[in-house]
Amino acid sequence: MKKTPPRLAPVLESLPPKQIQLLERRLFLKHSLSLGALALLTGCDVTDADAVQKVLWAMSKWNDRAQALLFNPGKLAPTYPESRIAKPFPFNAYYGEDEVIEVDPGSYKLALSGLIRDKKPWTLAELYALPQVSQVTRHVCVEGWSAIGKWTGVPFRLFLERVGADLTAKYVGFTCADDYYTSIDMATALHPQTQLTFKFADRTLPAKYGFPMKLRMPTKLGFKNPKHIAEIFVTNQFPGGYWEDQGYNWFSGS
Amino acid sequence: MDPISVAAPPPTIHPLVVRICHWVNVVAIFIMVFSGWRIYDASPLFPFHFPPDLTLGGWLAGALQWHFAAMWLLVANGLVYVLYGIVSGHYRRSFFPLAWGAILHEFANVLHGRVSHRLGVYNPLQKAAYLAVIVLGVALVLSGLSIWKPVQLQELAALMGGYEGARRVHFFAMAGVVGFVVVHVVMVMLVPRTLAPMFTGHAPRGE
Ligand code: HEM
Repeated sequence: MKKTPPRLAPVLESLPPKQIQLLERRLFLKHSLSLGALALLTGCDVTDADAVQKVLWAMSKWNDRAQALLFNPGKLAPTYPESRIAKPFPFNAYYGEDEVIEVDPGSYKLALSGLIRDKKPWTLAELYALPQVSQVTRHVCVEGWSAIGKWTGVPFRLFLERVGADLTAKYVGFTCADDYYTSIDMATALHPQTQLTFKFADRTLPAKYGFPMKLRMPTKLGFKNPKHIAEIFVTNQFPGGYWEDQGYNWFSGS
Repeated sequence: MDPISVAAPPPTIHPLVVRICHWVNVVAIFIMVFSGWRIYDASPLFPFHFPPDLTLGGWLAGALQWHFAAMWLLVANGLVYVLYGIVSGHYRRSFFPLAWGAILHEFANVLHGRVSHRLGVYNPLQKAAYLAVIVLGVALVLSGLSIWKPVQLQELAALMGGYEGARRVHFFAMAGVVGFVVVHVVMVMLVPRTLAPMFTGHAPRGE
């Protein structure tokens, strides 16, 4: 669903995520200038490679701005008939499917912080009582694959208004029960199809798709859609994200 | 003494704009293709993948950074080249007239190992190939935009058969461009005296 990691060699898949991450970082620094780049940059030393990294990060920031400009707040993602829903819907995270966390619905409370007037935590019963809508949209992964699914929940805009979030702030950030974190621009948070999701395919969101709730955005790549949300905060300070801090483009709009 | 006949430089066979755009494009295509192969490998469309050592970026995020940085170079440079080619009359002069018969005839010549080439004049097969690669380039950019923004540019994506269709168009346009480049570079190696004028703009004296 979210957090589409780069494809790894089978032998790597048995390593714990943290180790894979470190390994990938090292490989990245070493090999981001593999064969192709070497031919381009013949004779460059590591410092030059750092300079290349800087240019690439700067271009990624530039692409954030370009995508924000291109983003039309009223443009709806295409919707599909339910017959096109992918079965089974792919699982994806920065860890394996057998490591999916179980959140206890009884003790669960959604925390709110930052530029929000009413920071009272929400129980699941309170959340489920909010008005809900459904969408059948295409989930597009940064890896390239896509799958159509059906999600049901409260329009995120309605929730943000209900808790008195500062809708003029720049970012909405998410921290998750599985230690994932990410953040989005306010314009996308207010998009009519951005949804605080409680159900997948008409059934309570299963653990592997993010129980008790995820944020569903058909206008962003899969890894921008946080699962197992534990806390939502509104801020003007750039919060980054788990994959974004490692080099994936932050805006990643569709 | 006629000073002009002594001082006149050899005639320009490749305009400066075309030469600059050509070599900038080589860099941009190089980055786009090798980073694109790494991106393809993250979720292959077909039952094969590109050897990781032949790719650029090190991992998916790095490849995406290269790809989405170089796309600006590719598109800006491509726009300059195409606009110049149309407005200046370069395309009209260099790529036309062009007839199917001439292309087929030239193709038969090549198959028999005869490559006709006068510096400054493209043979019919070259004209057809250059026009084709320009069309492929446009298809690559439009399908790429559809994959990048399947919601914001959904009308464009719909022309490509939606997100999944656009992925396939993008792949085959890439394959076409790579095929062109391989043949193109082989042809340059077969007729190496065409190479220097693509830098200097002039045919060597006496040609
Ligand atoms: C190392 C790689 C390359 C070399 C050595 C090379 C060399 C050349 C040479 C020598 C010419 C002039 C041919 C002649 O006068 O008959 C030419 C023209 C051309 N090349 Fe390349 N090329 C390379 C890569 C590419 C790539 C990657 C593309 C596009 C994808 C490309 C597209 C073209 C086009 C469209 C023309 C005609 C330009 C015009 O007159 O408007 N080339 N190339």
